[in-house]
Amino acid sequence: MSGHVFHPGHDALHGVTVVVDATDGRTLVGRWHEQTHRGVLLHDVAVHDPAASATPKEEWLVKLRKFGIAVDLKHAIIPASQLLGIRRLVE
Amino acid sequence: MPYPEMMIQPMRDEVTRLGVQELRTVAEVDAALGDISESTMVFVNSVCGCAAGGARPALTMALGHSRLPARTYSVFAGQDLDATARARSYFGEYQPSSPSVALLKGGEVVAFVHRHQIEGRSPDQIAADLVSAFDSYCG
Repeated sequence: MSGHVFHPGHDALHGVTVVVDATDGRTLVGRWHEQTHRGVLLHDVAVHDPAASATPKEEWLVKLRKFGIAVDLKHAIIPASQLLGIRRLVE
Repeated sequence: MPYPEMMIQPMRDEVTRLGVQELRTVAEVDAALGDISESTMVFVNSVCGCAAGGARPALTMALGHSRLPARTYSVFAGQDLDATARARSYFGEYQPSSPSVALLKGGEVVAFVHRHQIEGRSPDQIAADLVSAFDSYCG
């Protein structure tokens, strides 16, 4: 079963943990499912909101890289109009 | 929701054939991890082909290394739910992800390879991370 993939037909980021910067200042980290006309769908999402957190974003990301994703939302859709940037968490 | 067992068995076998003991109940997890001082690896197995398809071959490569954990275990996330949750209770601050690999020593996690460190990487690269941890904390 090495390398067996159960969900073929998805894009290259499917299943990959990404960092999404949104226009409202929030940063979301989660497992990319797909991008459609509705936006980006992430699973198991941690959210950093600078208006609600005393922890700077970069420090928050360092902690996520070390300890993993503390899930705030089971799923999140970020509308295409609110996407500022997308990168892999490990980058 | 768990997958049919007949689909899962080859993924279990891919790990247990390496000599890794699979823990399928809470009692088995507690018996294995409840009082450990030796270096102990726990592989959190997963159906997900996005990442587990690389993790299991990486584990095979890493367990061919000269320095290894004294004890090696696995649990199967999404399948053996209670056993997996119990195993994760030994991982301290480290958040659940699958597949993933925890290396414990003296009852604490000393190294952890998360799912996000597995996704999109080759088995060689993942195995190198595991071997580095083995060299640091095992043997």
